[in-house]
Amino acid sequence: MAFTPSKETYTGKVYSVTIGTDENTVTFGGENVLPFYTFEGVVPNRPVIAYEIQDVPPDDWPENIQKPFKTVSNDPITWAKFCQDVLKAKAITLRLKGTHPDSQNRSPEDAAKTVKDVLSAINVPLILLGSNHTEKDAAVLVAAAEAAKDKNCIIGKAQEANYKTIVAAAIAHNHKLIAMSELDVNLSKQLNILITQMGFDREKLIIDPMCSALGYGLEYTYSVMERIRLAALAQNDLSMQPPMLGDIGMYVWKVKETQASETDMPQWGSTEERGITWEAVTAIALLLAGAELLIMRHPKAVEAVEKVIDELVEV
Amino acid sequence: MLNRDKGPIQDIATTQWKAGAGMIDANIGPAEDSGESLMEWMVTTIQEIVPLPICLDTTNYKAIEAGLNVHNKEWGKPMINSTSNDPERFPMLELAAKYNAKIIGLTVGKGGLPADAEERAAIAAEIMGRSMEYGVPLENVYLDPLVLQIATSQDHALKVIKAVRMFQDLNDPPMKTVVGLSNISNGCPKQLRPIVNNYFLSLLMYEGLTAAIADPQEIVPTVKTINVILGKTLYAHSYLEM
Repeated sequence: MAFTPSKETYTGKVYSVTIGTDENTVTFGGENVLPFYTFEGVVPNRPVIAYEIQDVPPDDWPENIQKPFKTVSNDPITWAKFCQDVLKAKAITLRLKGTHPDSQNRSPEDAAKTVKDVLSAINVPLILLGSNHTEKDAAVLVAAAEAAKDKNCIIGKAQEANYKTIVAAAIAHNHKLIAMSELDVNLSKQLNILITQMGFDREKLIIDPMCSALGYGLEYTYSVMERIRLAALAQNDLSMQPPMLGDIGMYVWKVKETQASETDMPQWGSTEERGITWEAVTAIALLLAGAELLIMRHPKAVEAVEKVIDELVEV
Repeated sequence: MLNRDKGPIQDIATTQWKAGAGMIDANIGPAEDSGESLMEWMVTTIQEIVPLPICLDTTNYKAIEAGLNVHNKEWGKPMINSTSNDPERFPMLELAAKYNAKIIGLTVGKGGLPADAEERAAIAAEIMGRSMEYGVPLENVYLDPLVLQIATSQDHALKVIKAVRMFQDLNDPPMKTVVGLSNISNGCPKQLRPIVNNYFLSLLMYEGLTAAIADPQEIVPTVKTINVILGKTLYAHSYLEM
């Protein structure tokens, strides 16, 4: 008798989210099975990787991750064009890092101008992130959302402390929205409920359960993502059915393994290779946990992860 | 109902639907005279405004068939309430087979009320056997242990809970179960009824109860909370609002 593997079927389904305009859109999510379980159900879209750029030069990034962008990163416009035209980015994330009070404290108006400039220079979908300063983000993201009106971007991150104004801006200017909570499946669900109770369409949400790097709590992010996905599929929990984000680069390129020099740590091997590997491995782990959208930095790490996705989605 | 006034029926059905009901029980009593037209009218009146399947609740065979004929299956399988071990109720199984309807198997016979959980389970087994003879798949059968009044038959409350557990063991996959919940508090003072109903439901849910015929507004907080406690729903502070 031939062996028939048992198949798990679920009542729930992850929402598919499309960003961008006209012919330049990307779609992620939409599956009704666990990540890459193509043999059990429908996986209509592959995960999307968005290159991360920022509004100010990346002086705070370690040298090895500054290097690939050395000639373009002084200006967000050339940086964005480089990602789109040379690196063939499918989407770009503009982090408005310079608006942070501890950075250059750029105004919401400055941020809005940068957003407009970048948008006019590229065709690929744009993700707009604040500086992760809850108060400032509320003002910055409202301005950014308005500057990107009807461009069908993702804005974020809405958190418990600031979601109201950011949600209102996303509704007013037709954007998708990242809802971020801090590594807690119940708080993540609660934030999604609060956001939808404001009238925001659940199908336009992206869940960020908070990322972490390999060796620095990755297993927490992994297990929260797993639980979110199982609630979405097995319990048909509507508030847990948006796709999930892994904001990889920011978390990876600050841990010591991506920075420590070969002189200090000769047994760890090449610093550059180590950093790339660290980013790729973190990203792949979160893809397996269920992330459909990744924000990444190093072109070689992106290339490696795309290759893994190719192999996983091919039947 | 007798005046064919749609308003109140539709209001009740809408309220129950919005409160989270998955099915509406249309009880027309024995309805010996005009049962067929009354059931047709009930089913169409409710389904005109509420996208839910209907539980057809009467002892009148022809009225059930009339209801099944007009039932809109787009919103789910209809349910027949009910068959039992009383030979007069056997023909309901023919209808369930013919119309691929769900059916409630009330674990009583002609000879009076079941004495305990074991007797209920024995009757259940007979109903299951008969269902298969009539061609009704067991997944369409909901066993009802017959809830009795706490005020007059206190010892049966626990027997019903035990029966719900035993019913599930009669088959793999487990048999589905249903109760007419409010019967537990029939005869209790009005202010006690929701309290008795809700606590009784909690215990039944813990034992794996599949469905209850009840006032959804009254029991929804209990259902949601027990589902959280049993790990069937993910907790969030606003879980009651979902």
